[in-house]
Amino acid sequence: MDFTFNEDQQAILDAVKEFCDEELAPKAKETDEAAAWPAENVRKMAELDLMGIPVPEEYGGLGMDFLTWSAVGEELSRACTTTGAVYGAHSLALVPIMQFGTEDQKRKYLVPLAKGEHIGAFGLTEPNAGSDAGAVATRAVKDGDHYLLNGTKIFISNGGEAQTYVIVASTDPSRGARGLTAFIVEKGLPGFEFGKDEKKMAFPSLPNRELIFTDCRVPKENMLGRENAGFLVAMRTLAVGRIGMATGAVGVARAALEAAVPYTHQREQFGKPISTFQAIQFMLADMATEVDCARLLTWRAAWLKDRNKPFEKEAAMAKLYASEVAMRVTTKAVQILGGYGYTKEFPVERYMREAKLFEIVEGTSEIQRMVIANHVLRELNR
Amino acid sequence: MNAVVCIKQVPETTDVRVDPKTNALIREGVKSIVNPVDENAIEAALRLRDQHGGKVTVITMGPPQAEEALRQALAMGADEAILLSDPASRGSDTLATSYALALMVRKIGDVDLVLCGKQAIDGDTGQVGPGLAERLGIPQVTFAIGLEVTDGKLRARRVLDDFFEVVEVKLPAVVTVVKQINDPRHPSMRNVLKAKRAEITKWTLADLNADPKQAGFDGSPTQVIKVWPPAKRGGGKRLEGSADEVVDELAQAIKDMNIAAG
Repeated sequence: MDFTFNEDQQAILDAVKEFCDEELAPKAKETDEAAAWPAENVRKMAELDLMGIPVPEEYGGLGMDFLTWSAVGEELSRACTTTGAVYGAHSLALVPIMQFGTEDQKRKYLVPLAKGEHIGAFGLTEPNAGSDAGAVATRAVKDGDHYLLNGTKIFISNGGEAQTYVIVASTDPSRGARGLTAFIVEKGLPGFEFGKDEKKMAFPSLPNRELIFTDCRVPKENMLGRENAGFLVAMRTLAVGRIGMATGAVGVARAALEAAVPYTHQREQFGKPISTFQAIQFMLADMATEVDCARLLTWRAAWLKDRNKPFEKEAAMAKLYASEVAMRVTTKAVQILGGYGYTKEFPVERYMREAKLFEIVEGTSEIQRMVIANHVLRELNR
Repeated sequence: MNAVVCIKQVPETTDVRVDPKTNALIREGVKSIVNPVDENAIEAALRLRDQHGGKVTVITMGPPQAEEALRQALAMGADEAILLSDPASRGSDTLATSYALALMVRKIGDVDLVLCGKQAIDGDTGQVGPGLAERLGIPQVTFAIGLEVTDGKLRARRVLDDFFEVVEVKLPAVVTVVKQINDPRHPSMRNVLKAKRAEITKWTLADLNADPKQAGFDGSPTQVIKVWPPAKRGGGKRLEGSADEVVDELAQAIKDMNIAAG
């Protein structure tokens, strides 16, 4: 077992850390409060080749592994949670096209995504289909060389800003989850419009929009994977997405811990810095331990994925644990900063609001427990 | 347009410590970085290359580990890097350094522009750029905050204490830049990986046919006798209480300092 990065990974991480510290972190508050798409950060990520880390070089990517993708994502989220979230949501289009795309689809859609010239988004969730992916009501009906899409997706991250969407629709409603098919849909296609941008508890600069399809004609060559195999595309995408969400959660948890520690040295009560109080020290000890645990689970899932080993259970564990750690750690950070922690003068209240997202998106904690339990019940039944 | 950028690897000097016995900077545990304003010189060269074509070669003189500084310049996008590393160049002052760098520039040949940072954060002399221009016998422009090249001529905006000055020189020339000239780019990951694998040309003084008397200690009339960090400023003292009490306490504190009342 080796816990060190190789030289290439380390060189990339060093360069990314510098970029995060100098460009992203100083403007993170501004980026959040702008309640606007962080176009400049996204452009810079593209310039730095950060938008296609796990994509092979022949398709415009960096040809690195998912472990590097995850470690970079943690740095981005730690410095600027919004930018980290864009990176994560973008990957949800990158990954399925990379894994299921035909050569033509890769040339046409993966290359610009990997180069960051186009931004990606993934559309599965609907008003009545979230945790229950089989209940997708958006219909795709074959019509000659096209599929006619009708229906509405909601809460879609990067929605409206992305150019390339991977959309899951039902081609055979009688078959439920086994009647779903994935499509690549371009922004600007007639019949594809954007609806409501949700006002949320946090992440005002991250769009979560409705995608509305009204007789939208999608060329049949844009079908991603086989017909009626869309559930597989969605599950494989979400499995990687869970590593991404775990990554974001570790990033925000680490940001909270790193904001809390200097405060405990500066803040004096009863004539001493509060860092000398055991009550505070124990909180910090638990926070640091949990952040490390969450990161190790996340890296293990990425490591398995990189070795083409089963990783679905481990990704669910990482996502479940890291998101709950993010909630606990950010809540403790607010507690440590006390009254100041509750104000907008310090970032920890924002981290706490942001952390909640990770327990909900890409499979709630409950769904993760179901996934894990399914594996455990099967694997340990001897 | 072919440019050569001279850079220096320096210790990150946010917390300088000096060995009281040898008067030398303690380098152990101190991170080495590219002298910050040299990054601006690299950026200026890259921008000129992107506008006018040509090649950017980055050079440095230093110990073998100075290679790391060159790799950083390659990661930013420089085309080539050359390290002059020779035990005989140890102890070089600015005179010997500019001698060695001038030989490097000559050996590279076909150079239109030599760029340097204004000064290094360790030695702080600001002499190598001008020294280099003298050695090469070409014009020098110091403290540039803006550069423009047209028809073999360079127009530079210089920042001086109380005013700006715009000068025009014929190329080739040596230019030293200030940090306000640009924001150095962050390297792209592709370039970071490329730079790690890049071949770095290594030269010794012999490769330059250098005169040993003009290199290293022998070529350096300046010797550093002593180096010490500035004394740390003590924290102030805060007086609390009523105005009368505070005034009395302050008056007593001034008396205790033995400062004569004028």
